[in-house]
Amino acid sequence: MSDISTKPPSRMRSIWDSDLAYSFRRSPVALVSALVVLVLVLCAVFAAFLAPHDPFNPATLNLMNGFTPPNTNNAFTGDYFVLGTDDQGRDVLSTILYGMRISLFVGFAAVLLAMILGVFLGLLAGYAGGWTDTVIMRVADVQLTFPAILVAMLIFGIAKGITPPEYRDQMAIWVLVLAIGLSDWVQFARVVRGATLVEKNKEYVQAAKLIGRSPLAIMIKHILPNVLNPVLVIATISLALAIIAEATLSFLGVGAPPTKPSLGTLIRIGQEFMFSGEWWILFFPAATLLALALSINLLGDWLRDALNPRLR
Amino acid sequence: MLAYMIRRVFQSVIVLLVVGLVAFSMFRFVGDPVDNMLGQERTQADIERLREQLGLDENFVVQYWRFLEQAVQGNFGLSYRQGRPVADILVERLPATLELALVSGLIALIGGIALGIFTAIRKRGIAANLIMTGSLIGVSLPTFLIGIVLIYVFSVELGWLPSFGRGEVTDLGWWTTGFLTVSGLKALILPAITLGLYQMTLIMRLVRTEMLEVLRMDYIRFARARGIRQRSIHFRHALKNTLVPVITITGLQLGSIIAFAIITETVFQWPGVGLLFINAVQFVDIPVMAAYLMMISVMFVGINLIVDMLYFAIDPRLRVDRKGGH
Amino acid sequence: MTKTPVLSVRDLIVEIPTRRGVLRPVDRVSYDIHSGQILGVVGESGAGKSMTGNAVIGLLDRPARITSGEILLSGEPIHQLQGEPLRRLRGKRMGMIFQDPLTSLNPLLTVGEQLTETIQEHLGLSNADARNRAIAALEEVGIPAARQRIDSYPHEFSGGMRQRVVIALALCAEPELIIADEPTTALDVSVQAQIIALLKRLCRERGVAVMLVTHDMGVIAEAADRVAVMYAGRLAELGAVRDVVMSPSHPYTAGLMASTPLASIGQKRLRQIPGSMPRLGALPDGCAFHPRCERATDQCKTGGSPTIASGGGRAACIHPLPAAKSEVTQ
Repeated sequence: MSDISTKPPSRMRSIWDSDLAYSFRRSPVALVSALVVLVLVLCAVFAAFLAPHDPFNPATLNLMNGFTPPNTNNAFTGDYFVLGTDDQGRDVLSTILYGMRISLFVGFAAVLLAMILGVFLGLLAGYAGGWTDTVIMRVADVQLTFPAILVAMLIFGIAKGITPPEYRDQMAIWVLVLAIGLSDWVQFARVVRGATLVEKNKEYVQAAKLIGRSPLAIMIKHILPNVLNPVLVIATISLALAIIAEATLSFLGVGAPPTKPSLGTLIRIGQEFMFSGEWWILFFPAATLLALALSINLLGDWLRDALNPRLR
Repeated sequence: MLAYMIRRVFQSVIVLLVVGLVAFSMFRFVGDPVDNMLGQERTQADIERLREQLGLDENFVVQYWRFLEQAVQGNFGLSYRQGRPVADILVERLPATLELALVSGLIALIGGIALGIFTAIRKRGIAANLIMTGSLIGVSLPTFLIGIVLIYVFSVELGWLPSFGRGEVTDLGWWTTGFLTVSGLKALILPAITLGLYQMTLIMRLVRTEMLEVLRMDYIRFARARGIRQRSIHFRHALKNTLVPVITITGLQLGSIIAFAIITETVFQWPGVGLLFINAVQFVDIPVMAAYLMMISVMFVGINLIVDMLYFAIDPRLRVDRKGGH
Repeated sequence: MTKTPVLSVRDLIVEIPTRRGVLRPVDRVSYDIHSGQILGVVGESGAGKSMTGNAVIGLLDRPARITSGEILLSGEPIHQLQGEPLRRLRGKRMGMIFQDPLTSLNPLLTVGEQLTETIQEHLGLSNADARNRAIAALEEVGIPAARQRIDSYPHEFSGGMRQRVVIALALCAEPELIIADEPTTALDVSVQAQIIALLKRLCRERGVAVMLVTHDMGVIAEAADRVAVMYAGRLAELGAVRDVVMSPSHPYTAGLMASTPLASIGQKRLRQIPGSMPRLGALPDGCAFHPRCERATDQCKTGGSPTIASGGGRAACIHPLPAAKSEVTQ
């Protein structure tokens, strides 16, 4: 009972850390989700080594292998596939590993873009105030009136209109990153702006101004560290949303092309075979997507609770 | 209050102008409209004539103004893909989307509020915790997967409900409805649940959070201290206060149902404006995209205004002075 | 004082289990309040005074709970009541007044709706009767034009008027006991005196027992008959208000008096108590006050904490101040 007050207050940082760590250890949900995310990310990163087949190399594909059910040997070729094959004889497990890589890449890159853009614009709006602030936040308001997925679709459509047809497939991934990233920066900007407005008037910032620090240095060194917690929470939740958004766009046929399928594209392909009984082509990509999105969401939920106990 | 409403209407007009600018820029800068509108066999004279017709020689502001004039009259030109007036196509497709959105909105609203209250007042109960966990899965589950699962269970395995289309519709002249036939109603069930479920989880979580917040307020403690019944505390004291902030966000949620219908309509091949839009994006059919954008914005802005007025109706503090929430 | 006290608290302990051990925000507290009497409970924030009030009316927030001791309302034990029986007691036999009249009224219900609801709940009157009674209740607490104001919303009243409404709400079903938790803290100074006067009047006229929780010694001196001084969850001193104010027995009370500007006691300078109250998780051994006490000896630093019974007088202190001479008059 008496050991609480013995810790000096200057160790706030370490106490905070240990609290977070403590809450992490105590939460089985957080542990399991973190493990799932870690395994899936590793699988995606090392897809090239883990995948039993190269599904995108026409030389190794055999149409005879098409529609092999999971965990059986193909009737004609005798080849074995753990999760079966799709109509073109591509190994489902391998397509999932490569597909997940695209899904995760788009997710991470889009959130990174949204975060950089949002944090920068939020800092700028909060710090500069005046017209800069008004313009940035008005744009944010207007954009917030529309669901992110719609904004992403529009950006995708416009970008598609601008890129010449022969580059469209190549550019699709980057267009996705751009579309999802641009549709998701507002959250970051709002939080960062709010925190900046609070921090800007604090004495240490005024002091830094007095000794002639440049605004940029003040923003980065003094204000940014104070907004990291909420930004981290938003980033985690945004990651899950971005992965879902990517999957949705690809599923709708306005995302990753069939030549470079993400999980969403795989589900789009698999859906066609749902009625004819080849369930595995649809089921395994869908289950992977669900596991990925769910565990990231659970992790984000836990993080929000842990950093903001009042909301519990 | 009047001044406030006028300011809100003014803001709405600004939003619409900004959206209009985006839509206009799409027309003007994404691809060459002349290229898009004329087929392969065109002469220089055709191009010149069309340029003049479209007013492409005028300066930007004049063109924008002309675009707005046309847009207000519902004239968005011809679809690149179908070659018919965009407005006609939209009007033809709109009833399907609105009927779907209406039913899903009701499901989301009623289910979301009921479950939100339940999980808030039975905070520690097993059922409430199960629902909360379920809702997290619901949020993580992309809408299109929900649709696919429903199709698999109810269409493929059980064969109870159709997996695509609107069923038989009745033509009322200016409106086609699926409400009047059995097959129309059956066709509506799965898409409506798919579309409503996600919004329902969001509304439920919001209601729960707000309700828990309200239940911590002093006036709830005071009501408890006066021996008011739990029922009355929950449904008379807490619920009304919960609904004030919930209404704003929920209103916006319901607006976004129309946009999210794009996904559901694709999964179920529902012949609404969402499916039209996604096809337009795939084929870069700019007039359809722009018209859809404008139409959705008008709806959103309208819903926003209605929500604002509801606010006045529910909160007596706003009727006198405009201090905002608590 | 042979009558059964309206409220009798005996060796009450409230505990909060936390991840770093069990905290005791209320530790072996005992006192009585009789009909028509005001007991002032005073102490710094965190001393456990509000927690005691909440424990009495059964409004402890989880995970705080009563782990020992008893609470008797006119002789009946009520500390183990829960659910329906407890609810029927609240409002009917004991009422509570909260600190902030701005937040303790439901903003979306009219004052009349909140009053009639309470009246009908406990007295089972018809709509018309309940409404008349609500108007009477408002008139009694001094709301002018009560018949017209009854259909107003809380935000249409001023702060002082709102606190009157709160008092009317707490009293409308005629309880025997009122717990007033810092009823004047959130009000303007000029309004404070009016509210105190109102509470005193209602207490005398109706013979209600009042537990007046406050951190303001001035309010205590003005309103209370008896006073209980709390420190770190424990009772430091309990006695008639005149005795405690004029010649404190516990060094903490003396310090509290010396640091309070009281017009009635012609003191020259305010003094402060060095240091601050220890946090509940880090209470020192022995008397909780000893690190800040000038009179502390080694005896105070070891062993259990002294209680009023073991102190043998008014104060839970091993070295109480002599009755004749007090710190304030130095």
